[in-house]
Amino acid sequence: MGFQVSRNGDVTLVEVEGQLIVGNRQELKQQVLEQLESGDRKFVVDFSNTGYIDSSGLGVLVSLSKKIREQGGELRLSSLNEDLRTLFELTKLDTLFRIADTKDKALEGF
Amino acid sequence: MIDPIDPHQTRPRDLILELPTDVRTIEHAVDYVIGRCPACAEQARRLQLNFRVGLTEALSNAMLYGNSRDPSKRVLVEIAFQLGCIQARVTDQGQGFDPRSVPDPTTPENLTKPCGRGLFLMRKLMDEVCYNDRGNQVTLVLKLESGGILEGGVQA
Repeated sequence: MGFQVSRNGDVTLVEVEGQLIVGNRQELKQQVLEQLESGDRKFVVDFSNTGYIDSSGLGVLVSLSKKIREQGGELRLSSLNEDLRTLFELTKLDTLFRIADTKDKALEGF
Repeated sequence: MIDPIDPHQTRPRDLILELPTDVRTIEHAVDYVIGRCPACAEQARRLQLNFRVGLTEALSNAMLYGNSRDPSKRVLVEIAFQLGCIQARVTDQGQGFDPRSVPDPTTPENLTKPCGRGLFLMRKLMDEVCYNDRGNQVTLVLKLESGGILEGGVQA
């Protein structure tokens, strides 16, 4: 369980391995905020290899999105499986984020 | 030790766990419970989504808000695998809270708040969510009839 951070042009790509839950949400928050403070403004969080996100994980995505927007940037999401998409739809967070089917589509035109 | 549960409220219990207030234990505890459910194979999605979310959120709430992250306090988990349903009861050692005081996180004014979705998800994904009067114990029920549709609309 962890996070892989890489660069794709001027976009920071964060790939979540395993789960995004109360036990590791602070690690993701810290990594993204460090990139934001260093000047990055475009972020994609990819969930291709993610099995589960709990409410704390959803909360940290909301919090990060808000901070990034305040700095003039954007946080996009990609590759939600059926269960994860259900959680976003139930909580209406699918209306708050731009969600792409794949990370390549999320990166297109960013 | 956590106080014994009122015997008049006690249902048959197939599994009892007592956890420390440490959020790192939640994932393993939920995996352990799901791995021992006799209906795993034919109820995969209802267990892996509905029950996993419900139990995880109940444990998170118990540790973060009920026990206020106090490592000296414990969380009791009681599981009953019954015909047609799973019951999970989670008890913390906190002062309790009024679940009616938690606002709807999907309204426009709450949508951008980072907290408040745990109880909402429990209610959406489980068939029953009941708190005791004190508000430190939640009982979750998930029905396991094949093809059933939850009140929240998530089909197994």
